[in-house]
Amino acid sequence: MNWIGLWTIYKKELQRTRRVLFQSVVSPVITTALYFVVFGSAIGSAVTTIDGVSYAQFIVPGLIMMALLANSFSAASSGIYFPKFIGSIYELLSAPISYVEITAGYVLAATTRALLIGGIIFGVALFFTPLPVLHPWWALVFSILVSFVFALFGFVVGLWASNFEQLGLLPTFVIAPLSFLGGVFYSISMLPPFWQTVTLFNPLVYMINGLRWAFFGITDVHPVWSMVVTLLFMILLFGVVAWIFKTGYKLRK
Amino acid sequence: MIEITGVNKTYSNGFVALKDVNLTINKGEVFALLGPNGAGKTSLISAICGLVEPTSGTITVGGFDTRKDYRQARSLIGLVPQELFLEIFETVWSTMTYARGFFGKKDDPALYEQILKDLSLWDKKDTKIQALSGGMKRRVLIARALTNEPSVLFLDEPTAGVDVELRREMLEVVKNLQKRGTTVILTTHYIEEAEELADRVGIISGGEIKLVENKVDLMKRMGHKTLSLNLENKLDALPTDITQEGVSLSKDGTKILYSYKTGSNSGITSLLSNLKNAGIAFEDLDTEQSSLEEIFVTLVNQQ
Repeated sequence: MNWIGLWTIYKKELQRTRRVLFQSVVSPVITTALYFVVFGSAIGSAVTTIDGVSYAQFIVPGLIMMALLANSFSAASSGIYFPKFIGSIYELLSAPISYVEITAGYVLAATTRALLIGGIIFGVALFFTPLPVLHPWWALVFSILVSFVFALFGFVVGLWASNFEQLGLLPTFVIAPLSFLGGVFYSISMLPPFWQTVTLFNPLVYMINGLRWAFFGITDVHPVWSMVVTLLFMILLFGVVAWIFKTGYKLRK
Repeated sequence: MIEITGVNKTYSNGFVALKDVNLTINKGEVFALLGPNGAGKTSLISAICGLVEPTSGTITVGGFDTRKDYRQARSLIGLVPQELFLEIFETVWSTMTYARGFFGKKDDPALYEQILKDLSLWDKKDTKIQALSGGMKRRVLIARALTNEPSVLFLDEPTAGVDVELRREMLEVVKNLQKRGTTVILTTHYIEEAEELADRVGIISGGEIKLVENKVDLMKRMGHKTLSLNLENKLDALPTDITQEGVSLSKDGTKILYSYKTGSNSGITSLLSNLKNAGIAFEDLDTEQSSLEEIFVTLVNQQ
């Protein structure tokens, strides 16, 4: 096992984050603050409470989850895509490092980056509303799992993408819409029955509600289902990654 | 050091890059791989270094199979790619530390310092790659490849698009590595480089190894020398008693040219005595050896 190699990839990716600090950390913070101002304060004052939680509090787990999803995905996908794009991937391919080590390096770095941003958003949220977290350990476990799963997802897409358009395809057309429709800003019980059923096919509903349950004990779906869906996603992605590596797909010609 | 047996490579688009390549590279030698563009030079190097999966055949480096024992095989290799594949936002120094890290080796600042000084990069160590000139970037590529202290170094067209001074320096680097016992495999268009550095020369064309030979032997076998005699007095035609094959008069009549193969029975002695008998005097003489380049062109055209 080439631990130093894995650690080098991890370190290199986090240093890349530091280099693009504004883009990677400051901008999600600003975006989140804006969400608070618009939804938490302006609209939230009209909504009052959902299941006994103030609207400003209600949206916090959703916003954190949205940031975790987007950032872990984009960090991992761009992390592996850029060396491929500029050709410096040759360094990894000619090094005595296995596919598993390469994946672990990129995915763990992207997970870390997402968690840092999630933590910062939590901190920013504290300026707007008090946040007594009911199950802090579950909140952490859940955040780590989801970040990891989406980092893995991003890594796969970064491997697959052969141009920038493909790289941006999923975040724009799948992840962003699904997270907006996944109950970040509303409880799905507010929807008409037909749309409630449709929404249950959106996997992000389970992740967002999982974190909300850990925060406040309120959820639209049972937390066990949240865990099951996340883990199923992880297994699926492990399978895809294993298949990619078996075929050397898109990395080794 | 490297054993290539029956290696074929067909890319997914159907392009056949390598056809049944068999090649042995000896420990400590400088091997020059020559060939026209698209001959398969880079494909062959990529197959050895792990960038390209051969369609069939086996490759071992230092006795380790590049597929089964890829870790051991690749630990021995340093690769300098043809293109300037560098992450432009990184500094020279961090590029070095990452390169060594990927190989699973502990950071070694003293080593980096030595390498950077050898390559006249020391004062650029904290410079971002994007601020470096093309020649400097190429040096960084070499520096990076040396960070894992390779036993085998691959240089894929190291001097393409590089100025004369840098080319000199790179040739020095290769010579130093050679002294230290590093095996060097070099692909190049510049045949003078192969001529200057290589112990053996391989010629690849159309994905096939056409010839592998000791450079000196090759030049002896294929090399022609030309003797030119600068005449004191212009001639309108060769004297009729000079009938030796390969002798000709230059167009302006000031030189007699003699093309011969090196070795005994070169015919120089008889030519000179014949000229003396004919009363022809000359003021200077010069011999010229045909370069690998000419040999190479001849060989490729023959196939």
